[in-house]
Amino acid sequence: MAATDHDASAELLRAVKQARKEKRALRIRGGGSKDFLGRELNGDVLATVSHHGITAYDPAELVVTVRAGTSVTALSAALAAHRQMLGFEPPEFGGRATVGGTVASGLSGPRRPYAGSARDFVLGLTCITGKAQLLRFGGQVIKNVAGYDLSRLMAGAMGTLAVLCEVSFKVLPLPAAERGLAFSVTQDAALQMLAGWARKPLPLSGAAYHDSLLRIRLSGARSAVDAAAAAMGGDADGGDGDVAWWRQLREFDLPFFTAGGAPLWRVSLPPAARPRLPGDSLVDWGGAQHWLRSEAPAANIFNAAQNAGGHAVRFPLGEGESGGVYLSPLPAALLRLHQKLKTAFDPDGVLNRGRLCAEF
Amino acid sequence: MKNKKHRLLKKLRRILPAEAVLGDEEQLRPYECDALSAYRRLPMIAVLPDNVAQVRAVLQLCAREQVPVVARGAGTGLSGGALPRTDGVLLVMARFNRILAVDEHNRTATVQPGVTNLAVSEAVAHLGLFYAPDPSSQLACTIGGNVAENSGGVHCLKYGLTVHNIMEVKAVTMDGTALTLGGRALDAPGFDLAALITGSEGLLGVIVEVTVKLLPQPDTARVLLAAFDQVEKAGDGVAAVIGAGIIPAGLEMMDNPAIRATEEFAGAGYPVDAEAILLCEVDGMAEEVAAQMETVDALLRQAGAVHIRAARDEHERALFWSGRKGAFPAVGRISPDYYCIDGTIPRRELGRVLRHIKKLSAEFNLRVANVFHAGDGNLHPLILYDANVPGELERTEELAAAILQHCVEVGGTITGEHGVGVEKINQMCTQFNARELAQMHAVKSAFDPGGLLNPGKAVPTLARCAEFGAMHVHHGKVAFPELERF
Repeated sequence: MAATDHDASAELLRAVKQARKEKRALRIRGGGSKDFLGRELNGDVLATVSHHGITAYDPAELVVTVRAGTSVTALSAALAAHRQMLGFEPPEFGGRATVGGTVASGLSGPRRPYAGSARDFVLGLTCITGKAQLLRFGGQVIKNVAGYDLSRLMAGAMGTLAVLCEVSFKVLPLPAAERGLAFSVTQDAALQMLAGWARKPLPLSGAAYHDSLLRIRLSGARSAVDAAAAAMGGDADGGDGDVAWWRQLREFDLPFFTAGGAPLWRVSLPPAARPRLPGDSLVDWGGAQHWLRSEAPAANIFNAAQNAGGHAVRFPLGEGESGGVYLSPLPAALLRLHQKLKTAFDPDGVLNRGRLCAEF
Repeated sequence: MKNKKHRLLKKLRRILPAEAVLGDEEQLRPYECDALSAYRRLPMIAVLPDNVAQVRAVLQLCAREQVPVVARGAGTGLSGGALPRTDGVLLVMARFNRILAVDEHNRTATVQPGVTNLAVSEAVAHLGLFYAPDPSSQLACTIGGNVAENSGGVHCLKYGLTVHNIMEVKAVTMDGTALTLGGRALDAPGFDLAALITGSEGLLGVIVEVTVKLLPQPDTARVLLAAFDQVEKAGDGVAAVIGAGIIPAGLEMMDNPAIRATEEFAGAGYPVDAEAILLCEVDGMAEEVAAQMETVDALLRQAGAVHIRAARDEHERALFWSGRKGAFPAVGRISPDYYCIDGTIPRRELGRVLRHIKKLSAEFNLRVANVFHAGDGNLHPLILYDANVPGELERTEELAAAILQHCVEVGGTITGEHGVGVEKINQMCTQFNARELAQMHAVKSAFDPGGLLNPGKAVPTLARCAEFGAMHVHHGKVAFPELERF
């Protein structure tokens, strides 16, 4: 990445215009950290990394505006210099994750159930639709209800509606103190404990279960973190050192992710669900997200997730291509609406064709 | 027209019980406006369904007959979003008033759209939980309307807007299709349609069920009142608190005219000679709250507060808030009529915007009192006027338009939480260009190709903007150079 900021929106616009004219598919790509994610990759690469830099940041406003090709790592560093952060704790993928890809894939880290998701922190954006129009939706203020919320619609749309150019986020203060706790318990006991704590105003910022250990992260004012830690107890070493574990979880650096094994799935469920999932799992998000390693056929996993009140996403991290499987299938009426919306933004199917759904 | 109405009444009475179909003028009168009462229109027909099958059947019938439909909750909206159509059916959702389920383990409540906002928190209070968005009309306004408008409230900065506090929305589109948007698990697959329908002002679908997120009640909440001799210093105080990493649960500002009006009305103990006051509430665990109260006190003194008082107990806390929460009715007492504006600005522009409002107020010869959700930059100037003076409402609307125009110029928006409705439809042409509006219309068509659901609201036609643009110049450019003028 170049050292200086660069506005490449005119080049991006030209490229989309050209592709549309030639009826050529484009595959939007930032740092390539999420090439593994989605149904399939089609078309010529439209590189966004040259479109980078922070265009506006006033810490007292709690708002930052940043070009889509900017790395999440660079953005987080700039925010940290003012003791602020992205509240949804997105994975940085070794510095390769960009702002655009993070929003487009809607990926959020361990803090998500307590602070909100990628889309929750999007205030507005500019984007280039498949019609090769550079448009602005939302704004740079925290409250804004003018017009349809087409900026939050882009979060999780996997680039199938528009190329993201510039995104404004609400940011949060970095917590003054963080602390990890651990408890040796069974999974059922862990989920029970989590359900109890979730009803109390505790400064939770992470809750995960794996290998017979329930791990808790507390973030906030020092006094609140200490009081909560005292009230919650814990039988393993709960010093500040444990906080590093959460970074490994966010970055998929834990052995559960790096050691390989059966295909990896992300199963999102109501937190109190007691699912019967076929395989080995690591539970995050206070019980609301199960990382699952399973040899079971996709249909079985989609069914199991649905029966437990949620959905599943194929997450073939480090496994090569996903082979056409990605999301729990959409009901017919919803799929039709997706197709119509796709047509409303990208009538010629230029952008990220087939990445989200087989139908578009 | 009369024949059409007669025919439609007959068909509707096949779908709904006779008492749920209203066609006489005296029956329709209560539905002629929402809380923006300057706009009034009688609907052709009003219907009061009480189940989803009826809603689907009414929509299918109206789609077939090409009759526009406007959905209405409690009618507390401030932008005319529920203003009926004289050629249309008003779909009154008031009978959808049941809380269907409270799931204490997953911390959600599933409610019908006609349940009031406050009723949700009351129903789950015994579990130590609450529903966070708290628009000032929360006693009366309904969840369906809250979703349609993406309602905010005093506690948005910390707890978010409606969009941040709902899990799943069931809606029926104009062709009668029932859809489930979002889900009970986080980050539902596909496009985020729950976010899209939130704040869509009843143009995309009729909301028939909502599952909201519940949060644990904070242990403690404390509030302090700080007085300033300059509005800018109060603005500095806000920036200092947020810059120090504190996210207050509520951070409200009022200027001198607003302070005087409310103090007379509520007797909350506000210093009437102050140029501005700040109310800052922090909540959470007792230990955290105590530490933050100290910090806030010190920061506001540094910013130049001439006087700071922390509420000593729950009673005084309620008293401090009574003034702020009674600000609108208080202004209503000192003026025959008032007009509330809902712009949002970057907070750093507060001083400049208030000076500009003062100048405009003198120019238009209309008094303005300002209340401000200072934490999130949402400004509510209240223009005092008398509707009985010929021309004064028109002058008020012109002043409001000029203020909103200025909000956009400083990087803000024309509406923070009240919605566009009919009221700010022209200002949408200031905030968005023709291509952006065309994209919004394309999204509308994906849901409602016939344009029958709440037509004429929220998103202006390009023709309307061309007319409006003839009078206004946006960012030094004529708004729609590509369109012919007429």
